[in-house]
Amino acid sequence: MSTTAAKKNRPKYLSLRALLFEIRLPLPGWISILHRVSGLMLFLATVWVLYLLDRSLASAAGFEAIQHYVSLPVVRISLLILVWAVCHHLCAGIRFLFLDLDRGVDRETARLTSWIVLAASFGLTALFGARLMW
Amino acid sequence: MVNRVVVGAHYGLLDWLAQRITGALIALYLVVLGGGWLLATRPLTFETWQGLFAQGWMRVATLLFAVSVAWHAWIGLRDILMDYVKPAGLRLGLQVLVLLTVAAYLGWAVQILWR
Repeated sequence: MSTTAAKKNRPKYLSLRALLFEIRLPLPGWISILHRVSGLMLFLATVWVLYLLDRSLASAAGFEAIQHYVSLPVVRISLLILVWAVCHHLCAGIRFLFLDLDRGVDRETARLTSWIVLAASFGLTALFGARLMW
Repeated sequence: MVNRVVVGAHYGLLDWLAQRITGALIALYLVVLGGGWLLATRPLTFETWQGLFAQGWMRVATLLFAVSVAWHAWIGLRDILMDYVKPAGLRLGLQVLVLLTVAAYLGWAVQILWR
């Protein structure tokens, strides 16, 4: 056993090719990395959200300008992506809080709750999106 | 479960705990605000919108939310930088940039709430 282990090429460095095509990240891993990605997105988008809040609260004219602005298709799609980031970060975050309490750490439950997080975040995004558009 | 004797300054534990407590507060604010937004009468007028943020409790709740977000974002971004940015100088520079950005966001939020 030690001889077969010695024949392996170690250390093995992660290449972009390996990351993209050779390593399959399990679903809970996707939930985790998307939690990071969505968190970074929210940090970067905060300046935009503050701008929207600032102008919409400043005056009636500003409120109308923002209402027109958020009706533009590009802005709507951006808002929808941002809403997804909030929903995913929220749902995955609640899952992580339960994991911290040692709840749902076995593989079956962890996979199930990962699917729930994925579905719930898309479902909530659709719900808010529908309310946003019409 | 491993029994360990915790030694040191424990500031890692404080950050870990702060990340979770601020996360829970953020979740509470967002669920209440999001639920209210879904149930609100349409169309939303400027008077309703401004009136909501003119309430004292709403301003205080939003301030607590903003402070929670600032703290939460700092710990989260610091974790990301610690994981992916290895050169110490670059990492420190980016961490300072994140702190300044978070402070600026917070200042702007206060200015919006109490204009």
